[in-house]
Amino acid sequence: MNVGVEKEAGAASGAVDGRPALLELRDLHVFYGAIEALKGVSLTVGEGEVVALLGANGAGKSTTLKAASGMLAPRSGEVLLRGERVDGIKSHELVQFGIGHVPEGRRVFARMTVLENLKMGAYRLKRPDDADLDRVFSLFPVLAERRKQVSGTLSGGEQQMLAIGRALMGKPELLLLDEPSMGLAPLIVRQIFEILKEINEQGTTLLLVEQNAAQALRLAHRGYVLETGAVVMSDEASALLSDPRVRAAYLGEVAEQAEEKG
Amino acid sequence: MSLSDIWDVLVLGVVLGSLYAVIAIGYTLVYGVLQLLNFAHSEVFMAGGFGGVIALTIFEPATDPSGLQSALYVLLGILGGALLGGLVAFGLEKGAYRPLRRRHASRLIFLITAIGASFFLYNLAGKMFGRYPMPMPTMYENKQVFEVFGTSVNVTQLLIVVAAVLMLLTVDFVVNRTKMGSGIRAVAQDPEVASLMGVDIDKVVSRTFVLGGVMGGVAGFLFGTNLQVEYTMGFLPGITAFAAAVLGGIGNVRGAMLGGLTLGVVEAFTVEWFGDAWRYAGAFAVLVLVLMFRPTGILGERVGRTA
Repeated sequence: MNVGVEKEAGAASGAVDGRPALLELRDLHVFYGAIEALKGVSLTVGEGEVVALLGANGAGKSTTLKAASGMLAPRSGEVLLRGERVDGIKSHELVQFGIGHVPEGRRVFARMTVLENLKMGAYRLKRPDDADLDRVFSLFPVLAERRKQVSGTLSGGEQQMLAIGRALMGKPELLLLDEPSMGLAPLIVRQIFEILKEINEQGTTLLLVEQNAAQALRLAHRGYVLETGAVVMSDEASALLSDPRVRAAYLGEVAEQAEEKG
Repeated sequence: MSLSDIWDVLVLGVVLGSLYAVIAIGYTLVYGVLQLLNFAHSEVFMAGGFGGVIALTIFEPATDPSGLQSALYVLLGILGGALLGGLVAFGLEKGAYRPLRRRHASRLIFLITAIGASFFLYNLAGKMFGRYPMPMPTMYENKQVFEVFGTSVNVTQLLIVVAAVLMLLTVDFVVNRTKMGSGIRAVAQDPEVASLMGVDIDKVVSRTFVLGGVMGGVAGFLFGTNLQVEYTMGFLPGITAFAAAVLGGIGNVRGAMLGGLTLGVVEAFTVEWFGDAWRYAGAFAVLVLVLMFRPTGILGERVGRTA
């Protein structure tokens, strides 16, 4: 289990707003072949926080999440969990550190039932915890109703709920969410974000990648803006929401409304 | 053709088909997790035949065994077949396929490697054990056990069918009801996400090979009990079982069972009606016909879930 994990000096580990840092990325460089997808990304997620990662398509948001959960190995830079170096640890081992990753496009096991998917989420544990199952079913009652249904036949929103529920079954302290609103109706998106808020209030830290910047910033405490593989802005969520550059680039509809009113 | 003739042929077909079904599982499981057509699986089957011979030769069966002794010899043969079959499958994955996965080789490279490994293994067996057929040491008196509608069923036939059914039930249970099985199904559906759940893909792949290898090995022993053991014995049953896996829908465990049984029965009737020269033609004609109308096989490509 212990794969060359180095203890990091406590002082070097940055705290955010008095909260100890749960996840820290330091100067990450990630390549796809010859293409540099991340050009030195650094960010911090404090314990109990909701942090939003915004940016256009291809800015490197998903790549950042994948580097954090071990799906991609960075060429250089560091990934720290509670101050411990974890870069280079493969994803199936990294889940033991309490990372849950809800991948882009949901990717539920389509030929398994809802219940089987949830049990897969608890694969890292000796056996699924009934209390976790109850928690997922109380967060997403529709999953309880459809527990015997084959997941491929669920609606997009239900699949997203299942993907989140599946990740929760592994008892994550840090939940990485890649575009949970993708392709979903606005009503469903609101519902999912309300549940995410509840999950955070129950004590799980969230790092959220979103195209839907307005929705994400209303939930998040802080946010980072990525452009072509580098962090270009980071601030309190409320400050980003009112920042004219963010409004113009990522909150297009809000900017238009402002123009109409003006 | 009288009704009792039909039963005669049917019994032969079911015995053959249950062996094909057990071998076909090995192809289909490995295809499920790696999308690899493991053509060296026929040599796993062959190794199981030799495993049985070796185990029985070491312990030298008595010439006139009691019932209890017979049962022990059979168990010994099964263990020998399972052990050598599992070992060869394990080695095949570790030695031939894992290095290719590390280098992200293309599927064609895997396929060529599989065929090369097959050639290597059966020629190695020929070198080690000689290139002449070997009979399986006698474990019991192969007398009639019972009759169905005038067709006699002997000990070997009963043994093959019972062992095959037990193995098929076991593998179905393992794949659908155990944690190891859920790992196999998850890797078959989405390896990347499976590893996000904590599934060690290498471990799952290795276990899948061993599971298929143990079954293939026992099938080799049973086949050798019915006929004989020879270094080239893997080829035709192997290719027929592969066809059975495709017929049932490659990747689908229950499809492989269905496909195996179908091809065994078709083969038996082909021999009965058209003569032994047509033995494999009938089964492959059925394969071609089914694939023309259902390219994904009888039960389609539902790798993970067999409902």
